[in-house]
Amino acid sequence: MATTLTPVLSDHWDADRSWTLATYEANGGYRGLRRALTLPPADVVTMVKDSGLRGRGGAGFPTGMKWGFLPAPDGGPRYLVVNADESEPGTCKDIPLMMASPQHLIEGVIITSFAIGCHHAFIYVRGEVVHVYRRLLRAVEEAYAKGYLGTNILGSGYDLEVTVHAGAGAYICGEETALLDSLEGLRGQPRLKPPFPAVAGLYARPTVVNNVESIASVPGIVVGGADWFKQMGTERSTGHGLFSLSGHVTRPGQYEAPLGITLRELLEMAGGMRGGRALKFWTPGGSSTPIFTAEHLDVPLDYESVGAAGSMLGTRALQIFDETTSVVRAVTRWIEFYKHESCGKCTPCREGTFWLAQIMQRLERGQGTPADIDLLLDLCDNILGRAFCALGDGATSPVTSAIQYFREEFEAGCHTPADVLFPPERSALFDYTPRRSGSALAGVHA
Amino acid sequence: MTITSDRSQAAGTPLVPAAPAPVPTEPAATVTFSIDGVETTVPKGTLVIRAAEQLGIAIPRFCDHPLLAPAGACRQCLVEVWAPGRDGNVAKMPKPQASCTLEATPGMEVKTQHTSAEADKAQHGVMELLLINHPLDCPVCDKGGECPLQNQAMSNGRATSRFVDIKRTFPKPIAISTQILLDRERCILCQRCTRFSEEIAGDVWIDLQKRGAQQQIGTFDVEVLGFAGEVPVGASTVDTSGRPFASYFSGNTVQICPVGALTSAAYRFRARPFDLVSTPGVSEHDSQGSAIRVDHRRGVVMRRLAGEDPAVNQEWITDKDRFGFRWQSSPDRLTTPLVRDRLADGSRGELRPASWFEAYGAAAAGLRTALEDGGVGVLPGGRVTLEDAYAYAKFARVALGTNDVDHRARPHSDEEAAFLGHHVAGRTLDVTFADVAAAPTVLLVGLEAEEEGGILFLRLRESVLKGTTTVYSVAALDSRGLQRLSGTLVPAAPGTEAEVLDGVVGDADEDVLSSLAQALATPGAVVLVGERAASSTGALSAVLRLGARTGARVAWVPRRAGERGAVEAGTLPTLLPGGRPVADAGARVDLAAAWGVEALPTAPGRSASQIVAAARDGGLGALVVGGVDPADLPDPALVRDALDKVGFVLSLEVRPSEVTERADVVLPVAPPVEKPGTFVTWEGRPRPFPQALVSHALPDHRVLHGLAAELGVDLGLDSVADVHAELDQMGGWDGARVDAPDVAPGEPPAVPAGHAVLATWHHLLDSGRLQEGEPHLAGTAKRPVARVSAATAASVGVADGDLLAVGTDAGTITLPVLVTDMPDFVVWLPTNSPGSAVRDTLHAVGGALVRLTPGAAPLAPAHDEEA
Repeated sequence: MATTLTPVLSDHWDADRSWTLATYEANGGYRGLRRALTLPPADVVTMVKDSGLRGRGGAGFPTGMKWGFLPAPDGGPRYLVVNADESEPGTCKDIPLMMASPQHLIEGVIITSFAIGCHHAFIYVRGEVVHVYRRLLRAVEEAYAKGYLGTNILGSGYDLEVTVHAGAGAYICGEETALLDSLEGLRGQPRLKPPFPAVAGLYARPTVVNNVESIASVPGIVVGGADWFKQMGTERSTGHGLFSLSGHVTRPGQYEAPLGITLRELLEMAGGMRGGRALKFWTPGGSSTPIFTAEHLDVPLDYESVGAAGSMLGTRALQIFDETTSVVRAVTRWIEFYKHESCGKCTPCREGTFWLAQIMQRLERGQGTPADIDLLLDLCDNILGRAFCALGDGATSPVTSAIQYFREEFEAGCHTPADVLFPPERSALFDYTPRRSGSALAGVHA
Repeated sequence: MTITSDRSQAAGTPLVPAAPAPVPTEPAATVTFSIDGVETTVPKGTLVIRAAEQLGIAIPRFCDHPLLAPAGACRQCLVEVWAPGRDGNVAKMPKPQASCTLEATPGMEVKTQHTSAEADKAQHGVMELLLINHPLDCPVCDKGGECPLQNQAMSNGRATSRFVDIKRTFPKPIAISTQILLDRERCILCQRCTRFSEEIAGDVWIDLQKRGAQQQIGTFDVEVLGFAGEVPVGASTVDTSGRPFASYFSGNTVQICPVGALTSAAYRFRARPFDLVSTPGVSEHDSQGSAIRVDHRRGVVMRRLAGEDPAVNQEWITDKDRFGFRWQSSPDRLTTPLVRDRLADGSRGELRPASWFEAYGAAAAGLRTALEDGGVGVLPGGRVTLEDAYAYAKFARVALGTNDVDHRARPHSDEEAAFLGHHVAGRTLDVTFADVAAAPTVLLVGLEAEEEGGILFLRLRESVLKGTTTVYSVAALDSRGLQRLSGTLVPAAPGTEAEVLDGVVGDADEDVLSSLAQALATPGAVVLVGERAASSTGALSAVLRLGARTGARVAWVPRRAGERGAVEAGTLPTLLPGGRPVADAGARVDLAAAWGVEALPTAPGRSASQIVAAARDGGLGALVVGGVDPADLPDPALVRDALDKVGFVLSLEVRPSEVTERADVVLPVAPPVEKPGTFVTWEGRPRPFPQALVSHALPDHRVLHGLAAELGVDLGLDSVADVHAELDQMGGWDGARVDAPDVAPGEPPAVPAGHAVLATWHHLLDSGRLQEGEPHLAGTAKRPVARVSAATAASVGVADGDLLAVGTDAGTITLPVLVTDMPDFVVWLPTNSPGSAVRDTLHAVGGALVRLTPGAAPLAPAHDEEA
């Protein structure tokens, strides 16, 4: 049975000026809010719990349950913080969503805030995406103008302020406690837990931190009901999700489908591999998730199945690499990213990524030593589970999984540069002279 | 005096009893769990690493520090943990846990590197990672030999590194201040220093910068952090965006740095730890009694470190305590007695070295003559040990037959003498650091905690951050120290303190005075009054009235290390040892019996100022002067005049001074590092310390004993054991105390146009003689400024940063203006900083009227020295 796309969040991305409030309303926007405001807040929480919605930011923690962790109201403020610091290599779902339909997020923010009793919500946007930041600001402005935000929203007596905050461009600020520190104006580094944000988050008050897509999925659940949502996906991975195909596919982009769809199905929708080449390896959920190969084409992309196959669903960032790609080269780029983005707080991540990068660079230059592969694996073992936050763990995934599936390419790194084994120009769509390590001319190696 | 156990058993009531051992408190709830199979029960909330320490199980660590909040940054202390799950079955946690952030829970089973291969591998892995970017320059590193990284790399690391790649390097070192140097490539980013400066000292001048392997400790722009105004004297190298590190507590970061990243200019490359001999000591710089460790090599002190004493200084000391020790080994130290021959016309000739025999003889002869000619006044100074103070007190009464003895080399008053006799003497450990830390309200009167009592400041700040203590301060301005205590200023122009304190009444939150009255009525509230209160008429009386009115306990916090011990020892004109009033015949008889003399002088003595005046006017024939700097007294010119005019001057000194310049006989005495002794903290806690260096120098009490013998009196204080035996048997006084002072508030002077009232207190780091010879430390002192309100500045026609001339008939001090939120027509100057010697230049003390005029460049010469 072929799975079909289920455009919910991406339903009207093709509409004219899809990002405006008018377009959103014309496509059924803010029905969810109107409905939610008639309900007791607890019922909204129950509805989201019943829907089985799990966090779309990567970890897949049940969203309704997270809301339920907030302590009973004590009269003080409690906050909703939307994590829009999308920075993972390969992950590109929240930014298109906020560009094409920011009101989905705004409506979700209002409903969620109403449900958890929050009167000031924050959207923490990655600093580099200024265009998204501007679009969100405009969307919030429009929502205020229409009375969806501010005091006495739609005559319900409920008040909400929304602040859109642009980060300063640090991957670590996607980690929720680092995000909170950054939002408070401090250095963005992860906090010691406990206390968890639900107990002492932003300004030491109870705080819910959710991903953009999780929050944007809430209005649909309120309109359609938990059962509608559960019709999609699998039993424990319910609902729709944006699958971001990138890399060597014919039509890269966002494919909104039920969880549990396979890459084989997605590739069909995307027109197959670019140039008809063979699939070599892919990430199921961004660079922090262990890579898969062609043998995993039929793994259902839900939390359980991907986990059982040895990786993580993550953010459904499907980076597709064909047979022209050097896995050593790809992993080196990822590790350089982690080295650059390590916040520096803890030793394993700070020093480990620094070291991993140098070993990977050696292997890419064909200057590795036979001991390097075991050293890489041992280093990863010394980082995984030893770091302060999950960033360090994530940095080891591409290395260990790549060695698992392509050990011979790492062994070749002891004598042959990666760009000799896999000349970069073969992956190119047009003729060009690639930059080469240690040489200005293509194909010239000492 | 109780120093060893056998003596404490022998004695009845020591003069200054030792603090009782702390009573361990029963924890409200406990947790039983096991480490390496050893079951232990600890208070709920205990971290696993602390529980392991108590069992003697060493877990390697870097970022962890018992007095800092857990960070979990270095990951060196990883252990394997099994804990009961919801189903009650003990299951292994999937990841090794940092034992420095993990609270013990019931039934938890912790396996350290001793019993868990996983924990051992995790620790080896982290250690290897820590070392990849570490320069391994141990052979030239100051920390080598006492380095936690070096030691733990040996105990918990791989013998060889697999790292063959390129290390990250930095240019070295950064001078964070003139004193503190940072070698960034040695840093393992444990954040102890930044956490110390944030959590303990509250002067966040350094913080983490950049990220990943480029993360480093750096300095930030003071303008950004809002510290404009209080910048250090000395220049220091700045990094990309930095400014100088200026803190009174910065040396602590050197000590807690687990690698050699932070070093001090004073000690860098001076010694190796294994060449040093360590002797415990007590800081001679203030009345806080900080425990220190004196590290010396071949008879030279190389450095001092903070000692550990949870009841007093925890593990922190001020930079003055740490770095201010070179004065003791200064090349100009007096080593032999000196005698000055009178010329034919009676004028003074040159000092020449003499034997002790000759010097004692000359001194005794001079004193004998003076005893015939009006008598002898004794000025021991405020830096004496308890033993030495006692010797001065006894020497004055027994050998010189006078009560003309006063250790107060600073502004003082009869009101203060009454206050000390009534409320302070004999009441040891009445209010302690622990009481202050536990107090719901602390009122500071004439006491700038950070400048005048560094440890008190840290202890207060700890309680303030815990949210258990609220601080109020009756002062002329809201200092940065007070702001860091989140304190509330009760503004009082100098001289009006008594009036303000008498106004602390009411039980409503109408204004700050009534809410303060309410707060002081809370059980446990404490009023701490500084020595400066003596220069404000009625202030000390008003403090006692306030205490009686509200129930708050009152304690006196002097600056100098010897002040409190001297009060107990009786070096006051109205007070004998143990709080015995001179005026009380019973007390005199009691003491005479103890001393084995027939009678003691009955007439109350002269105060220090009166002694000086009498010496100048011929009322006294001689002065015996200890460690007194004439410039510390309210009118230094008068002191110099008196020393010139009095018939005979005997000086007991460590180094040449303005007194030795005028003395007829100089007897060299030992600095604290060369003698055993006892300082008494402001709390009245005895702080005995042993002799650190082998030395021929004699303590004051032995010199006075020898001198008394020359005068035909057996003082009985020839050894420290003799002094202690006497102090132990002396006991306190349970008779009537000196009457409480009850002085009405003084009338504040009318301030004519162009004038202001002078407010002044000492900076912790200033021109004090005990800081001489340490230029790196001097560079971290605050730059002297004159503080006035915006209105006052405008009335003089100066703006922020302009020069302001503050003058009296005696002289003028010119400093840059720092406009401050403070009462109008008050000007604040540092008491004794370079370019601002208030008493010496202005002959004025706090509360005096001074003239304000726009200052003319150039700066005072003392400034230029610093450049």
